[in-house]
Amino acid sequence: MNQPLIDLQHISKSFDGTMVLDDLCLTVKENSFVTLLGPSGCGKTTTLRIIGGFESPDQGKVIFDGQDITRLPANKRPLNTVFQKYALFTHMTIAENIAFGLKIRNKPKAYIQDKIKYALKLVNLDGYENRSVDSLSGGQQQRIAIARAIVNEPRLLLLDEPLGALDLKLRQDMQYELIRLKNELGITFIYVTHDQEEALTMSDTIVVMNQGYIQQMGSPESIYNEPENAFVADFIGDSNIVPGTMIRDELVEIFGARFACVDKGFGTNRPVDVVIRPEDIDLVEPGQGTLSGVVTHLIFKGVHYEMEVTTPDGFEWLVHSTDLFPVGKKVDLRVDPFDIQIMNKPASEDEEAMGVNE
Amino acid sequence: MSKKLLAGPYLIWMIGFTIIPLALIVYYGLTDRSGAFTLENVLAIATAEHAKALWLSLGLSLAATLICLLLAYPLAMVLRSRGKGASGFMVFIFILPMWMNFLLRTLAWQTLLEKNGVINGILSALHLPTQSLINTWGAIILGMVYNFLPFMVLPIYNVLSKIDDNTINAARDLGADSFQTFLYVLLPLSVPGVISGITMVFVPALTTFVISSLLGGSKILLIGNVIEQEFTRGSNWNLGSGLSLVMMVFILISMALLAKYDKNGEGSTF
Repeated sequence: MNQPLIDLQHISKSFDGTMVLDDLCLTVKENSFVTLLGPSGCGKTTTLRIIGGFESPDQGKVIFDGQDITRLPANKRPLNTVFQKYALFTHMTIAENIAFGLKIRNKPKAYIQDKIKYALKLVNLDGYENRSVDSLSGGQQQRIAIARAIVNEPRLLLLDEPLGALDLKLRQDMQYELIRLKNELGITFIYVTHDQEEALTMSDTIVVMNQGYIQQMGSPESIYNEPENAFVADFIGDSNIVPGTMIRDELVEIFGARFACVDKGFGTNRPVDVVIRPEDIDLVEPGQGTLSGVVTHLIFKGVHYEMEVTTPDGFEWLVHSTDLFPVGKKVDLRVDPFDIQIMNKPASEDEEAMGVNE
Repeated sequence: MSKKLLAGPYLIWMIGFTIIPLALIVYYGLTDRSGAFTLENVLAIATAEHAKALWLSLGLSLAATLICLLLAYPLAMVLRSRGKGASGFMVFIFILPMWMNFLLRTLAWQTLLEKNGVINGILSALHLPTQSLINTWGAIILGMVYNFLPFMVLPIYNVLSKIDDNTINAARDLGADSFQTFLYVLLPLSVPGVISGITMVFVPALTTFVISSLLGGSKILLIGNVIEQEFTRGSNWNLGSGLSLVMMVFILISMALLAKYDKNGEGSTF
């Protein structure tokens, strides 16, 4: 595919004078699973609603497969949406809900019947045709909402926090279900969520947003392992973000201790932010590591222990380890060079919001 | 046990002021002055005078209900599309007349519509021909619409405002234009409110005697006026009760018909 399926060009949108999106540019390739991830109010849902046609941008263009659809009303757009609280038509049966889009498009009866059967099978709810919406559980309603959207064979499916109202176990099941559906149908998904775990599990591209700006865009691995700024590092998973000084290429000083790293091109003696994931810190006997400290907190989390190690400068390091170090024990911290992620310090708060890649 | 006791006051109220009066009406309606059983009072509805009043009542209250519906639904739609604050204020403005005494409002209309009333005064000042407004079917319908319109707006607005925006967005998303969205989604979802509104307008309009006597004069008799006169001037409680029973049956039938359309049972009073 040469041209992207969706191309958002310089989109700006404000509500009542509050800027929600500021000059947002985003391209989505055909057949990808893109997740817009960010805290509430970051503009992710507004972005989705602009693509869906429920909101029109103040500035900028929405290009769908080379065509400008910025002013096209929602009912004329070749895409479908799965809404946050399902938004099923409660006065219709399940079959009528699924058939809605097809009936509006005057498809033949036999075709509609086939499609209903096919869609229900796809979401594992065969035989539910004549059930009422109210008789379904949240997870089942969500499946129907998905079925109702996909029978129209959209090239793009927008999903607005579709699993937000479900409990943890069901949410995890539905994540796998969605990945399976995506692969079976071969359509492009744009997914909105504030749940980083959901984003990491399902997407092939994550777009991290904050305050109307894209902070970072990339594969789940690159977002997790190489966050480009403190916001991304903090939002995706747990992390230790500490101030440091880049002594020279591949050497960083943190609280007076020098760590070997793999980053280059930050200059010499330059202040930077350093991100180290809790699971990347090895606790070792005193004298064997780079930085010394004392274990000040210990929680058993099931998979691992979560410990806090306080170093003499007062910083509390979050450490995940399967080895137990009791509270009060003196330990040394050791980090492998490739587990250290160096980031430029933002010069101002504005620049912090915009992210470093803008 | 203690919880059941809490229902006591209401139970006493209901027995004293609903069950017993109803039983009395049934008793009076099915007996003659000497207390002997008879169907005469009920069958009296078939006499030309009474039947005419009943059909006129049905016609005028149906017309008033329809006009209320046509006025209220678009208004409720507008209110729905406004923000919570703006629509709250508009609803407030709308029900403001209800704070004024019902009788007073109807008397005010009498003053406006009278032969030498305010409207005709303005017309003659403008050298336009005066109109006979009062003592017509139109005046009665106007009085009914004016007094009962808020009862139509509120339930419809209530139901419409509870419909999630995303339900409408979903219909649009699936290809429905604004009219199709209204026809297939908004309208069916608002049926309980419409039913409730119709009930709350039609029933009082059907049984009213104040509006018809103030705005309809002595020549236009609605069934409400007939019954009222039997109890007051005619002192024939048996006939009045018998006619009331017929009215009740009519109302029950119309409610049962409406209930068929209201599957959820939210709006129905029965």
